[in-house]
Amino acid sequence: MDWGALHTILGGVNKHSTSIGKIWLTVLFIFRIMILVVAAERVWGDEQDDFICNTLQPGCKNVCYDHFFPISHIRLWALQLIFVSTPALLVAMHVAYRRHEKKRQFRKGDQKCEYKDIEEIRKQRFRIEGSLWWTYTSSIFFRLVFEAVFMYAFYFMYDGFRMPRLMKCNAWPCPNTVDCFVSRPTEKTVFTIFMIAVSSICILLNVAELCYLLTKFFLKRSKKAGNPKHHPNHENKEETKQNEMNELISDSCQNTVTGFSN
Amino acid sequence: MSWGFLRDLLSGVNKYSTGIGRIWIAVVFIFRLLVYIAAAENIWKYEHDEFECNIKQPGCENVCFDHFFPVSHIRLWALQLIMVSTPSLLVVFHVAYRENREKHHNQKLYKSPAELDGGLLCTYLISLILKTGFEIVFLVLFYKLYNGFKVPRLVKCDIRPCPNTVDCYISKPTEKMIFLYFLVATSCLCIVLNLSEFSYLIFKYSIKCYLKRYIKKRQ
Repeated sequence: MDWGALHTILGGVNKHSTSIGKIWLTVLFIFRIMILVVAAERVWGDEQDDFICNTLQPGCKNVCYDHFFPISHIRLWALQLIFVSTPALLVAMHVAYRRHEKKRQFRKGDQKCEYKDIEEIRKQRFRIEGSLWWTYTSSIFFRLVFEAVFMYAFYFMYDGFRMPRLMKCNAWPCPNTVDCFVSRPTEKTVFTIFMIAVSSICILLNVAELCYLLTKFFLKRSKKAGNPKHHPNHENKEETKQNEMNELISDSCQNTVTGFSN
Repeated sequence: MSWGFLRDLLSGVNKYSTGIGRIWIAVVFIFRLLVYIAAAENIWKYEHDEFECNIKQPGCENVCFDHFFPVSHIRLWALQLIMVSTPSLLVVFHVAYRENREKHHNQKLYKSPAELDGGLLCTYLISLILKTGFEIVFLVLFYKLYNGFKVPRLVKCDIRPCPNTVDCYISKPTEKMIFLYFLVATSCLCIVLNLSEFSYLIFKYSIKCYLKRYIKKRQ
């Protein structure tokens, strides 16, 4: 169980996302999770061992480290990634629920059945409309909130995004004000800025996706308001073709279902 | 053999769970298992090496560490995850037993082996009770062993061979405390989910029973 399992779960959501959503997922996996696992964890790996204070007083190093790093960058990032990925699960659950309902309908041999077999239901891609639109939009909203909260927590806890080389500490049992030196401050600053930059890109992508969905929604609504009654004779050629296809499929579907029960 | 096994086990249980059960599985996977592996394990990795006492007496540090941490937080956490996931196996076994019976008698004995009714419902409810029980036991254990969920910066130790009362410093106490609170919060969430699932199932099936009886009476 590791980030790979999260990748499997979220990969399923990829099919039902918008294009911007797919880009967001790619950025998340390549520029955040992969960088975290492959590079950042090594940089912060020896953080307490190589955190050195200019004193021989036992316990001073521990106390100073705890004072300056209440929660390590790397852990905050891991939590941020987990929380930011979780709203996508709402969408995955909604899709699974819809699939389950369709499978139930199919098994009951419903007249409205549009599928040849269960495999087609499993592979079907749902469009983002109706209740799925609301789930999807709220998941984007929650993602934005979590990203913002974590970025603010970062800024607040570490007084900005720079990692200083030297910290002065006078927490007990340190006898006086003691100089403590952080290991690899420049490398840590570089990675911190990188992660913040990618976070900001993800926030922008989420905002763009939200705007896109809202625009689409309002355009659709204004179209519906513009054509209050859909005149049956005005069906365009494509819709007629689709209707014919649906009739053919439902006929053959009924035959398949009677075939099953025999 | 690693956490992947637990993941596979829980994925198998997913098929036979109710909606709330699936939410429980998602919470356990993402907020407990993944957080444990991705973040928490590393915090406690060098806890013994980084535990420092203000003394040069050999053996004092070891003895003090052992006194204050009889079982490390992270090990208790791992045990809790394993024990809490295991009752779901009862449901898997029962479904397998049903399917086996059908195969043995070569006829359809149940509407569907995975349908929650009769014996399988009892098994499911028992597994819910066991899960909740284990959660509560581990939370109480954490509380009793460590005097609450706080991790102090400094502990005073005077066990032999430490010559006097000695100051010992725990490493990363704030980070450990934050993750302990996270553990408690997710545990409580899981308890709430289990209890709601339990009440939902009891309510659903008592309504079903009542309606059946009512229809029979009318007939």
